[in-house]
Amino acid sequence: MNEIEATNQRSRKSTKLFEPTILVRACKEAFFKLDPRTVAKNPVMFVVEVGSVVTTFLLIRGLMEHNKDNLFVGQVTVWLWFTVLFANFAEAMAEGRGKAQADSLRKAKTDTIARRLVNGVEERVAAPALRKGDIYVCEPGDFVAADGEVIEGIASVDESAITGESAPVIRESGGDRSAVTGGTRVLSDRIVVRVTSNPGESFLDRMIALVEGAQRQKTPNEIALSILLSGLTIVFLFATVTLVPFAHYSVRAASAGEVPSITVMVALLVCLIPTTIGGLLSAIGIAGMDRVMQHNVLAMSGKAVEAAGDVNTLLLDKTGTITIGNRQATAFHPAPGVKEQDVADAAQLASLADETPEGRSVVVLAKEKYGIRERDMESLHAEFVEFTAQTRMSGVDLPGRKIRKGAGQSIQRFVEEQGGSMAPQVREIIERISKEGGTPLAVAENDRILGVIQLKDIVKGGMKARFDQMRAMGIKTVMITGDNPLTAAAIAAEAGVDDYLAEATPEMKLAYIRNEQSGGRLVAMTGDGTNDAPALAQADVGVAMNTGTQAAKEAGNMVDLDSNPTKLIEIVEIGKQMLMTRGSLTTFSIANDVAKYFAIIPAMFFVTYPELGALNVIRLTNPHSAILAAVIFNALIIVALIPLALRGVSYKPASAAQILRKNLLIYGVGGIIAPFPCIWIIDRALVAMGLA
Amino acid sequence: MSVNGFLQILIYFGIIVAITKPLGAFMAKVFEGEKTFLYRILRPLERMVYRICGIKEDEDMPWTTYAIAMLAFSAVGMVLTYVLLRTQGMINFAGLNPQGVGAKEMTPDLALNTAASFTTNTNWQNYVPETTLSYFSNMVSLAIHNWMSAATGMAIAIALIRGFSRKSAKGIGNFWVDTVRATIYVLLPIALVGGVIFIAGGVPQNFLPYQVVTTLEGAKQTIAQGPVASQEIIKMLGTNGGGFFNANSAHPFENPNNFINLLQILAIFCIPAGLTYTFGKMVGNTKQGWAIFGAMSAMFLTGAFVCNAAEQSGNPYFAKAGIMTEQTTTQPGGNMEGKEMRFGIGASTLFATVTTDASCGAVNGMHDSYTPLGGLVPLFNILTGEVIFGGVGAGLYGMLMFAIIGVFIAGLMVGRTPEYIGKKIEKFEVQMAMLVVLILAACILGFTAMSANTSYPPGATAVTFDDKHAADEAKLPPLASWNHVNTSSPSNYLGATTNNTNNGGAHGFSEILYMYASATGNNGSAFAGITGNTPHYNVTGMIAMLVGRFFMIIPLLAIAGSLAAKKRVPESLGTFSTDSGTFVALLIGVVILVNALTFFPALALGPIVEHFQMTPTRKPI
Repeated sequence: MNEIEATNQRSRKSTKLFEPTILVRACKEAFFKLDPRTVAKNPVMFVVEVGSVVTTFLLIRGLMEHNKDNLFVGQVTVWLWFTVLFANFAEAMAEGRGKAQADSLRKAKTDTIARRLVNGVEERVAAPALRKGDIYVCEPGDFVAADGEVIEGIASVDESAITGESAPVIRESGGDRSAVTGGTRVLSDRIVVRVTSNPGESFLDRMIALVEGAQRQKTPNEIALSILLSGLTIVFLFATVTLVPFAHYSVRAASAGEVPSITVMVALLVCLIPTTIGGLLSAIGIAGMDRVMQHNVLAMSGKAVEAAGDVNTLLLDKTGTITIGNRQATAFHPAPGVKEQDVADAAQLASLADETPEGRSVVVLAKEKYGIRERDMESLHAEFVEFTAQTRMSGVDLPGRKIRKGAGQSIQRFVEEQGGSMAPQVREIIERISKEGGTPLAVAENDRILGVIQLKDIVKGGMKARFDQMRAMGIKTVMITGDNPLTAAAIAAEAGVDDYLAEATPEMKLAYIRNEQSGGRLVAMTGDGTNDAPALAQADVGVAMNTGTQAAKEAGNMVDLDSNPTKLIEIVEIGKQMLMTRGSLTTFSIANDVAKYFAIIPAMFFVTYPELGALNVIRLTNPHSAILAAVIFNALIIVALIPLALRGVSYKPASAAQILRKNLLIYGVGGIIAPFPCIWIIDRALVAMGLA
Repeated sequence: MSVNGFLQILIYFGIIVAITKPLGAFMAKVFEGEKTFLYRILRPLERMVYRICGIKEDEDMPWTTYAIAMLAFSAVGMVLTYVLLRTQGMINFAGLNPQGVGAKEMTPDLALNTAASFTTNTNWQNYVPETTLSYFSNMVSLAIHNWMSAATGMAIAIALIRGFSRKSAKGIGNFWVDTVRATIYVLLPIALVGGVIFIAGGVPQNFLPYQVVTTLEGAKQTIAQGPVASQEIIKMLGTNGGGFFNANSAHPFENPNNFINLLQILAIFCIPAGLTYTFGKMVGNTKQGWAIFGAMSAMFLTGAFVCNAAEQSGNPYFAKAGIMTEQTTTQPGGNMEGKEMRFGIGASTLFATVTTDASCGAVNGMHDSYTPLGGLVPLFNILTGEVIFGGVGAGLYGMLMFAIIGVFIAGLMVGRTPEYIGKKIEKFEVQMAMLVVLILAACILGFTAMSANTSYPPGATAVTFDDKHAADEAKLPPLASWNHVNTSSPSNYLGATTNNTNNGGAHGFSEILYMYASATGNNGSAFAGITGNTPHYNVTGMIAMLVGRFFMIIPLLAIAGSLAAKKRVPESLGTFSTDSGTFVALLIGVVILVNALTFFPALALGPIVEHFQMTPTRKPI
């Protein structure tokens, strides 16, 4: 299992699709949602509900008059109500998991007491009393009272209430890890926090609202699709309503039979309008958001998820996303006249006290490849020289020996200060390593450059295949790195990305995104630092890491609670899947109408035009059984497709043409054929049970 | 179907394929304002028109201005025609009204219907031209619309194409420039050459009064004639279809022989087919145009073959009665009712398919006499919204509307915000496209429902009055006059609007459905058999024609404006290509499915049930 799969496994700690508690709650919800004000938001289902009310009225009148077709009208009425209920149930199911999650989040929102600092004096206030700009203190065991920024101190924080991740995280003032979230708990040390959000606007509040779907707004494509579905509903309304006068004419012309009853007309209308997709539309949207949530990503809007499916360009940070975060030493290259062994020895000495992963890897390489054992700093009377942003090198001072390692230019300056110089061969080595995608670190002792350590970025396993998939989907991947162009090009080639942005500054990122967007492309990116904020805001899909700064989290339209930048790729797939599910079910729903016409029209004019029986290709038993079978099929298909709506249609990255052909075949052609046998079976079952 | 019919369809189609590219490329140049081989000859004329009319050639209009210009142009034309038709009796000089017809023949409701009919490129004729229209009315009042409405259609199509081809643009072109160019560079040269060939082929062109001749049997017969050829060519080329004679292209003066017949149907399809190539050329990918052409062709060929096969297989009752319906070397076989012996089944069914695919509406036979299935083909063609090549311009913009709907669903299916020719299809476009679909459906179904059940006054039956009973006639309620046949003698009150049909039963229903489909689709062909010259049918037909024309054009212009303002999305592997076979299949699927689902109940009670009545296949349930 490679690394990406491992993270996926971890993040899919999802609840099962049909958990009993959710199921029970959804059943109840389905009835509450019969409220016409709720149903009215969905024009297609509203028409069904109005139809149900009409047939219910007809049934009551029929019962009082003891009509002989009460059994038929009654059954139609029941199944029409079920059609609405099933659609409500689907929506409730989709909301179920979010609600369950919201409940557990609410628990984190306990009423904590905050220790507010006013002019350096501590006072105890209830957490909701905190306002933006207030300052408060947290000590071990305290809950973080409100979202804020650490302005003083460093602490380990348990964020499991929000992220579900039990390992504590470090939060410290300054830098990119300064944001704390209300509801989390400080485990060690004391921090001073400046409040960044007012009550009700906090991250937790937003999260609860999001998972509950309370603020769910329809996405642009969902709105466009709703319009299409409403349009079709109106067209079918015309087709059904005008069928009444057409029938009057026909009955007169044939002098036989009678005009089909209102019940039959309502049944036909409900069968024709796209109830399948109409009933499942909102469930698909909610489930899509929920799937994003299952990946531990908080999408601030469904629009962002949908936009993710449309992304043309993906900006990915090199470090942590494409390569594993740390570089490793892979070779020592000696300067002319120096032995390789000596380079390794000096490099190890310089790195003994260097606790960075890069430093450790130098020590390990020297040991493994040259058998140089680690030495104890103290016994050597060695003094460690730390890395600073000014010198940009580190090393040790031994009696009479100054050993340094660092970037080529810094080391060159170091030896030149002491009267030495860099041999052209060394410069060549440095350039060669850069070109190959490595990071060269020169090693010097006093005025002499001994050689170069080659550090290499390790590209994560499976990335190349991932990027190939992306390419097949028509998405361009761009690697962002602070490395020089030579290094960047080499890693880009190794990882298989389409483009790279070397020596990237926040301004360059912003400019790159704007440039892509002006060409009509949609851009997605991940980021965590404050300086990423403008780019995150500019990008169509900006995923901020939860470990990132408040500014970054506010600028993006998604927050990744796991802070795993690779996830952007999955979000893209979920976005696509959401649209595909809608498109496929729309096609299926409309294609179904063909079979329903063949079932109902001959039945309606059974006496008037018996010749139309020729259209009854599946030989349904009688007019009542034919109409009922179509109505029942129409209701049951909603239930049958709930799992598909919640999970999304299967998706494998492929070119658009392949996907379309496949889906047209399954949902288009399948949608025309499938109802025939189903309706036939229901027809026979009804007859066998004596219901029609 | 017969080998002869099969070959006729293929040869005809082969010529259309050959014409498409050169004509399409030519039109692309014309509308882009580039130089063509006609530039040096016709440019001065074009400049002169701009100067006289005060048109600023380089002005670019936003879609709203474009739409207002189009509406104003149509409205002025319609009012002018109405006035000229009503006053035709006064315009009587230089032999332009040899028969002395006047306002008595052209009643207000008929004049309204006719004015709307020609303005909207429908050319539905609720009158007998020979006895109703002067030569002046034919040549000026009506013929101007044969040019104007055709040029308007082309302009709208070009505006919509610009919506796709432009990016981040405010305007969609200049309506006046587009119509002037369409007229001067496209319609005029072809009409000029075609008209002369028609005259050479035997179509009359004169201002002589009708001639009374003695037939071989010794009976007196009035032979109508006039400036036919000039009208005939533009009637076809502009997919207008309004005939000089009542029999339209079945009349030997309009359509004297098989060669002219072939030229006529070629004239119908040439511009609509060419425009598909123009579309591809202007959006920068001719394959896109060929994809549209492919979808249209597949539907055309299917319709032509089915229609031919249905007519060739004939009426089973004939076979039962012992009448031979098989084709032999000397007999055409099949169903020859309502067809000209000169053309036979092959040329008649081909003509019927072409004229209803394109919103032409000229006929060389009577569709009413076709077998139910044979008649279903023209009816369904019209119900598609005239998108199988369609009217000049109208076919293309109608088809692009279906492409937008198709692409929207397909785009979702591949997991992207749908895009067509690099333009995102979003809420607004879907809204406008659906608006068109439902208004057209409402118009056809609504008026059919009305006319299948109305009676003036309610419950009335048909009555006739001759001059002696004028007093009784005066006692009729005023409402009765709504279904009074204009200028009928004796005076004829039909009462129920179903009485206007020639046949009862399912066939009568087909006649009514066909009429409103034809009017709304701006086709203008009649199923025949319906007496339309009553205020009821004149007024409802007029509304259907106006709705069908303008409620389609205005939303589509809005789409053009919205698309033009958008950026162009670059194509990638994730984009679903709209120049592939899959797209062609999808487009056909959308056109067939949307229309079949909308009109299935109506069709089931008309031609479908009639077919099963004629050929019972199976025991009913």
